[in-house]
Amino acid sequence: MSLSVNKDHGPKILVFSSNAISDPGIDLAGSAHMHYSTAVQVIPLPCSSGVKPSWSVHAIQKGFDGVFVAACGGDCAYLSDCTGRTSALLKRAQEMMKESDISPKRLKMSGLCSVCAENFVSHMNNFQEELKKLDANA
Amino acid sequence: MATKRKIGVFVCHCGGNISDHVDVEKVVEGVRGEPSVAVARTHMFTCSDSSQQEMIDQIVEEKLDGLVIASCSPKLHMFTFRGMAERAGLNPYQYVHVNLREQCSWAHTGDKIGATEKGINLVRAGVAKCALTVPLSALRIETQPRALVIGAGISGMRAALSLADMGLSVFLIEREASAGGWVSETEMMGPEGMHGPEVIRALLARIDAHERVMLYTEAELIERSGTIGNFDVKIRLRGSEEIPLNVGAIVVTTGFDTYTPVDGEYGWGLDGVVDLKQFRQMLTAGPLVHNGKPVRDVVFVYCVGSRQVKSEACPAPHAYCSRYCCTAATYTAHTLHQVAKQTGQAVNQYHLYRDVRTYGHMEMVYEQARQEGALFLKWKPDTPPVVGQADGRLCVTVKDELGSGDSMEIGSDLVVLVTGMVPRLNGDLNSLLKIPLSKDGFFNEIHIKLRPVETVIDGVFIAGSAQGPKTIAESVASALAAVAKAGKLLKKGYVDLEPLVAKVDTDKCIWCDECLKACPYGAIEKVVCGDKEVAQVLAAMCKGEGACVPVCPYDALDVEGYRDDQITAMIDASIKEAAIA
Repeated sequence: MSLSVNKDHGPKILVFSSNAISDPGIDLAGSAHMHYSTAVQVIPLPCSSGVKPSWSVHAIQKGFDGVFVAACGGDCAYLSDCTGRTSALLKRAQEMMKESDISPKRLKMSGLCSVCAENFVSHMNNFQEELKKLDANA
Repeated sequence: MATKRKIGVFVCHCGGNISDHVDVEKVVEGVRGEPSVAVARTHMFTCSDSSQQEMIDQIVEEKLDGLVIASCSPKLHMFTFRGMAERAGLNPYQYVHVNLREQCSWAHTGDKIGATEKGINLVRAGVAKCALTVPLSALRIETQPRALVIGAGISGMRAALSLADMGLSVFLIEREASAGGWVSETEMMGPEGMHGPEVIRALLARIDAHERVMLYTEAELIERSGTIGNFDVKIRLRGSEEIPLNVGAIVVTTGFDTYTPVDGEYGWGLDGVVDLKQFRQMLTAGPLVHNGKPVRDVVFVYCVGSRQVKSEACPAPHAYCSRYCCTAATYTAHTLHQVAKQTGQAVNQYHLYRDVRTYGHMEMVYEQARQEGALFLKWKPDTPPVVGQADGRLCVTVKDELGSGDSMEIGSDLVVLVTGMVPRLNGDLNSLLKIPLSKDGFFNEIHIKLRPVETVIDGVFIAGSAQGPKTIAESVASALAAVAKAGKLLKKGYVDLEPLVAKVDTDKCIWCDECLKACPYGAIEKVVCGDKEVAQVLAAMCKGEGACVPVCPYDALDVEGYRDDQITAMIDASIKEAAIA
């Protein structure tokens, strides 16, 4: 089988998922063949409370157009206040991004449960659209 | 890295599940040139026995020191390949799993070029991570063959006896003066009509006779330290005497409390308005009489204190269903019918419900209540029944949603509020055990379906209604599930813990206590290192979630397997342009 014609896959998004909560949700999107762009790539971590702000900044500086933290949300098995902690990290990362002349809109987070497949796909599609607009206005 | 790594990369066709949508040969080509990659090839099914043997042979022959397998989701086969790595003499933590199916081929069917490019990036990221792995060994901890069961209700008693029957020593502690909990106060238990106090007496007799169960009443846990397999706990007896114990596991069966209506809620506080427990006690005392007069009409109001909606009057609602009450109330309908028949009374029963949730076999209890003449009227949450007084009796106004829809007034001698379960106030116990609470305020399990009695605190299990509303049968079932988990842990004699936990770079750390504040598990302690104070991670208590890592102002913390250098390398590798012809 020969490869089909390459397409524009849209803005590149790095996703930080969590092993127990959001990563299974992203798996489910694949199992259900819900398509999203191949420009979306996931790095799984134990918990979204451990996403270092420097990683998000580094990813943008290296060429990703956006970073999405697929947070454990209220389902986190480790921390009851996981969402609060993750959003505090996000704010810190966005401050760092501003200092480096990166739009803080390039970083987003949302709680994503272990069956939130459709949610994930719509987040990716919307984020890509937002990033396109951001680049068009830049 | 000082020496060049020799990593083997194996890309799975998964029969076609991957290779139909990702050009796996191109993925192999895409990573073959990486300096740390010594071997790269595809397999039709990497998980098959023959492929595993071939990979093992290659690991041994080529003296590989790292392994990357790109196949299905790690949820399926990460442990399979970790085990395979170990059989090949490779450290299992130098294996990296790449999710090429669920997060690539299956998500991008119809875009083979895009999926192949992404696949190359995913595998490159895996290789980059693998190149920075270090050998790790699981933390082996010996387990002590003793268990502590907290709360001697039906769940705790059954758990204690079953653990003791396995040959373990069990300390069963109860805060109240006697064991038995709610069941010891329930004379008629549906649907079989068992007598609660007798059930408890029988269990108590077995506990008394069992040489391996020690029951302490008026006892509270006041201290807990140590980790899975080896907890040091202290029990305070009757407010004074303190007993230190050492146990390998803890089973928490502290039960529930019943909801107490607020004054005026469905007439609560009016003469003749009682809760279900009070009504059941009235039923055991012969003919049903209130204020010296025989009772002719009884109204039951369901869902009191359950399935509440947030409002000004109810700022902290109990939003959940309490599960047991529909069965308990419909069974009480049957009991009332029996009592009335025996005493020759004619009693009309009106059951005002939202939904009847007598699930499973308990549906038969509901059916029986209806056949015996109890009248069921459905109300909606926006038009709840109103309980007032008229003509020297109680008067309940209700809008029957399944009938005419009109409001009707029911004159009544008694109104029974069917109250739900609420989380028990456990005093200091919650902070001692550190078990997360659910949004409903009960103890939270790791996963409701897959790990229903385990908590994030290794070695601490939960069961019964401490975990959420349950019937007696469900409580005992969960207690025995906890017995199975705790028993397995303690009978095996040791436990291996994941070494993917936090670690401190003592060169960078200056002890500012940010990590200590971030850790809910007590896994951080201050130690002296050379001429300064630094943080140290208690590996057996660390959960490896990494909350301490980003809060360290000195970048002195990392979680093994997800170290800063590894994640950074993965990001760099992911963004490299994949040029495929």
